[in-house]
Amino acid sequence: MVIYGVALLSFCMLVGMFVGDVLGNLIGVQANVGGVGIAMLLLIFLSNLNDHRLQLGAPTEFGINFWSAMYIPIVVAMAAKQNVIAALSSGWMAIIAGVAAVVASFMLIPVIARFGGRRDA
Amino acid sequence: MLEVLTQVLAKNALITAFAFVGILVWVSYLLSDKLTRGHVHGSAIAIAIGLLLAYVGGKVTGGTKGVADFSLLAGVGVMGGAMFRDFAIVATAFGAHLDELKKAGIVGALSIVIGVVLSFTIGAIVAVAFGYKDAVSISTIGAGAATYIVGPVTGTALGASSDIIALSVAAGLTKSVLVMVGTPLVAARIQLDNPYSAMIYGGLMGTTSGVAAGLAATDPKLVPYGAMTATFYTGVGCLLAPSVLFLIVRAIV
Repeated sequence: MVIYGVALLSFCMLVGMFVGDVLGNLIGVQANVGGVGIAMLLLIFLSNLNDHRLQLGAPTEFGINFWSAMYIPIVVAMAAKQNVIAALSSGWMAIIAGVAAVVASFMLIPVIARFGGRRDA
Repeated sequence: MLEVLTQVLAKNALITAFAFVGILVWVSYLLSDKLTRGHVHGSAIAIAIGLLLAYVGGKVTGGTKGVADFSLLAGVGVMGGAMFRDFAIVATAFGAHLDELKKAGIVGALSIVIGVVLSFTIGAIVAVAFGYKDAVSISTIGAGAATYIVGPVTGTALGASSDIIALSVAAGLTKSVLVMVGTPLVAARIQLDNPYSAMIYGGLMGTTSGVAAGLAATDPKLVPYGAMTATFYTGVGCLLAPSVLFLIVRAIV
């Protein structure tokens, strides 16, 4: 059943969000700490578990894969609702700070990747 | 007739958004195919058009939610909101390989901390260069260079003024937009072509929306790996910026 897949996905996300909020409270920051990441780990864990013991039915997988495929359209919608004006119009300082942070971070990716000792390119 | 149509579109806002985004994506893939012969990925074009429309929306309506401020397109705000975005990001993890994750474990975690400290430092230096002298303003702008959530969280925690908080949001937004647009352009040069570097990328960049869109336009298979580390970044940023990093700034100035 398709709904089993959607429900499993919902379950993972709700658990992740809950744990993320609890973590945020424990640490004392008003933010969700890694909720989505925890949800993803949970989904990966559950789906890998199923590989070995019980198989998810094809319709169930479809319920998850549908949302995975909706990801890009959702990101397009997200881009279309950004406050682009604010990003561009509040002066050079904000823009320079943002641009400099991105450039520096981009440049560090290959450095850290190499530092991490990856053997195959 | 037209009035009835408008009513139908407005009443079924989310459905209208699905149709609207569908058309936008279709046009984008057509442009990708005909204009660039597939060199620029269709999703990259769709995201760029989305940002452009958001700019137009903001200009025309004076609002803060891009095209979602047009009443007919209010559903785009729901479709592109945090709830659906996070739901779809979690779904992309289905089919990701545990082994790949384990391989990047420590380096991935390290990249988050390095990413927060790096962006914060650069933002703080820019703030100083622009004449800010108090530790609270410098830290808030530095935090904004991390993400547009870390900025306001830090600013509120430290008691920064609202224009400084607005600046920190703008810095974070600039970063997010630039990551969306820039990632597919520099992907080859920074060797962003495997799950391992995608996780480091997510950890360093940290802006979930930027990382999500940037990777989608580069290689959708990499999305879960980058998104995984990026979602921890804002949490780590909210933790470090108003505490350790602020204390360091205060000790220096």
